[in-house]
Amino acid sequence: MAEVLVVVEASEAAGVKKVTLEMLTIARTLGSPSAVVFGDASAFTDKLGEYGAEKVYVATGDDVEGYLVAPKATVVADLVKSVQPAAVLLGSTQEGKEIAGRLAVKLDNGLLTDAVDVAADGTATQVVFAGSGIVKSKVTRGLPIVTIRPNSTTPSPAPATPAVEQLTVNVTESDKLTKVVERVTEQKGSRPELTEASIVVSGGRGVGNADNFKLVEELADLLGGAVGASRAAVDSGYYPHQFQVGQTGKTVSPQLYVALGISGAIQHRAGMQTSKTIVAVNKDAEAPIFELADYGVVGDLFKVVPQAADEIRKRK
Amino acid sequence: MNIVVLVKQVPDSGAERTLSASDNTVERASANNVINEMDEYAIEEALKIKEAHGGEVTVLTMGPAGATDSIRKALSMGPDKAVHVQDDALHGSCAVATSKVLAAALGTLNADLIIAGAESTDGRVQVMPHMLAERLGIAALTGARKLTVDGSTLTVERQTDEGYEVVTASTPAVVSVWDTINEPRYPSFKGIMAAKKKPVQALSLADLGIAADEVGTAGATSAVLEFAARPPRSAGTKVSDEGDGGTQLVAYLATEKFV
Repeated sequence: MAEVLVVVEASEAAGVKKVTLEMLTIARTLGSPSAVVFGDASAFTDKLGEYGAEKVYVATGDDVEGYLVAPKATVVADLVKSVQPAAVLLGSTQEGKEIAGRLAVKLDNGLLTDAVDVAADGTATQVVFAGSGIVKSKVTRGLPIVTIRPNSTTPSPAPATPAVEQLTVNVTESDKLTKVVERVTEQKGSRPELTEASIVVSGGRGVGNADNFKLVEELADLLGGAVGASRAAVDSGYYPHQFQVGQTGKTVSPQLYVALGISGAIQHRAGMQTSKTIVAVNKDAEAPIFELADYGVVGDLFKVVPQAADEIRKRK
Repeated sequence: MNIVVLVKQVPDSGAERTLSASDNTVERASANNVINEMDEYAIEEALKIKEAHGGEVTVLTMGPAGATDSIRKALSMGPDKAVHVQDDALHGSCAVATSKVLAAALGTLNADLIIAGAESTDGRVQVMPHMLAERLGIAALTGARKLTVDGSTLTVERQTDEGYEVVTASTPAVVSVWDTINEPRYPSFKGIMAAKKKPVQALSLADLGIAADEVGTAGATSAVLEFAARPPRSAGTKVSDEGDGGTQLVAYLATEKFV
């Protein structure tokens, strides 16, 4: 069975990210999964094996890790040439897409982004136009290079004992034009990552100020979810931009999305309307968010949310 | 500094969007087409750099004849001139082919700095800056929330899921920006009038030495097989808080097994 390269999304802080396990699960329908790890893989190998990685390719060293994505694309391109995989899967994240783009140019090969599924014949299902359309598409030149959106499928284990292979890295000078001089990890606590979380609690303009976002965080923590924010809230300085959900922020597709004080402008809906269940609290009964909420409470979030928090504590 | 800003015309993301029934490409003819919002931030950043360091700002657009509207809109913000790559054979081009065309056009412009929006609201593919850098053999600094220019050295702060990174490179380079980087100016009346007289150079595929079958539907590296509108969500239960809204909310979450 041909190998399927899965470019691993992982970090020291977060470990192997859920999207990687989803990719391994999808890869198994296409062939034999081989994980590609940049940087030290020792902490990740077991987890990758648990989800079916038969091989783990590892590329390390400053030539790979000290520069922005270009060396990684070269490593993957070399690997594609040597192992002739059936497909390459990457995360639909900034870095995953960037590697995919360079890879497509290097190989003069098609690519598909934001897929939620890939069938055995390589046909990808993509959600388009901010969740309002679904397309099926196929790479028609070369092998399928597909980026997979987090929370697309339920990862299922399929234990394997991966063979670990250290790759020889041969990057060119033009791969080393953009140097990473600093990587800053900002404190994010124990909350799950926004795009991977199965529950997201978001606040909007109605939250009123940065301090009040504690209320959003409290509910998120009680539910074990991530915190998000609307563009209006981010633009008003209530919450940092990396938590913005919407057209110009993150796209999320959790099991449960809780919208607090969010009117539901198209900009916001674009980032969350594929969520499985949507719950909204807003004092404006006419707010468009109620058009898509499975359960909506018209009321003052400063009364409704603390009461809900107390009720959850009682039930625990 | 010679700066080129990539500008794309896209269907308004606030209106209904669809694919053309005949060939599954983005329906542009009947859509309300606007300048891609993120590109306005790219234009603003280019103008700020020009104001601080001198130079010239050129808008580069690939798109059908109607894209002229977005080019004029872009020029009304302050860029000096524009280049419009337009050719009927480009209809249906994939990202790989688009990068080939834009790279060829950039080859005629001798830019020190190419600035793009981080993504377009239609495709949201987010790969163009790196594809161009790959083709041109120059640096890419993508997803900037802050850009500093010091002589020929560019430094970008880019957000990551866990914090941020600082990356640096020398010109020539491609930089892509998010909407956190600045606040785009509104075109002034004077700017709008001036834009009408600014030069817009037209380039065809022949001008760029690219054959028609390398691009468009004929040269596409991927194809859309089918398209369906997702059924719109329907509103569920809506209750008014009568003092127990929070409790009721949790009762609902409990029936759905979230608590």
